[in-house]
Amino acid sequence: MEFDKELDAKNLNCPLPILRCKKGLSEINANQTLKITATDPGSVKDFEAFCKQTGHVMTRRDEDDGVYTFYIKKRADV
Amino acid sequence: MAKKLALIASKGSLDWAYPPFILASTAAALDYEVQIFFTFYGLTLLKKDLGDLKVSPLGNPAMPMPIPMPNFVQMLPGMESMATMMMKQKIANKGVASIGELRSACIEASVKLIACQMTVDLFDFKKTDFIDEIEFGGAATFFEFAGESDVNLFI
Repeated sequence: MEFDKELDAKNLNCPLPILRCKKGLSEINANQTLKITATDPGSVKDFEAFCKQTGHVMTRRDEDDGVYTFYIKKRADV
Repeated sequence: MAKKLALIASKGSLDWAYPPFILASTAAALDYEVQIFFTFYGLTLLKKDLGDLKVSPLGNPAMPMPIPMPNFVQMLPGMESMATMMMKQKIANKGVASIGELRSACIEASVKLIACQMTVDLFDFKKTDFIDEIEFGGAATFFEFAGESDVNLFI
């Protein structure tokens, strides 16, 4: 899966993965994709909620041995 | 138009410092416009030196302790410092942000921090004790923003 920027939010707890994600998205262009990894199990629901409320799109989510990987495509109109 | 969150932070212990800063920084990440009004003990959270933030098991029966500890032991000198040290260690071990880190995130995200002028006068606080990124105001200042907010919380 292609992405334009990668962030590591492993071993960070709420709300840091979301804050890092927000910062990462501010550093890429519209329609570009941010790949972010986290280990906080709560981040699964939180990233869904984040995308639902901000309009960014989660294009893919993987889980591998307690590591969650999210691909988030930045909303077109920002 | 952006949603708005208005918070009142009234407590000044290490544990209670978390809710306002977690909620404010997250709401800002969700594109909310956020304002926090710091009053009474909450003003401690705006000091340059956050080293005063402590946690006490006294009067908090729900606080998890490594071993059962009667109240009369908890009141011994040094127990509060010990509990605070243990809490800070746990916070670091679990990847939970420090209060300083969350406060910086709020400032970076343009969360408006308002210090209650009345409390500053009441406790003879000096304006130089506080970080620069704050404003001073009163109850009417709070309502100017809170009155048109979507979420209002007293913490």
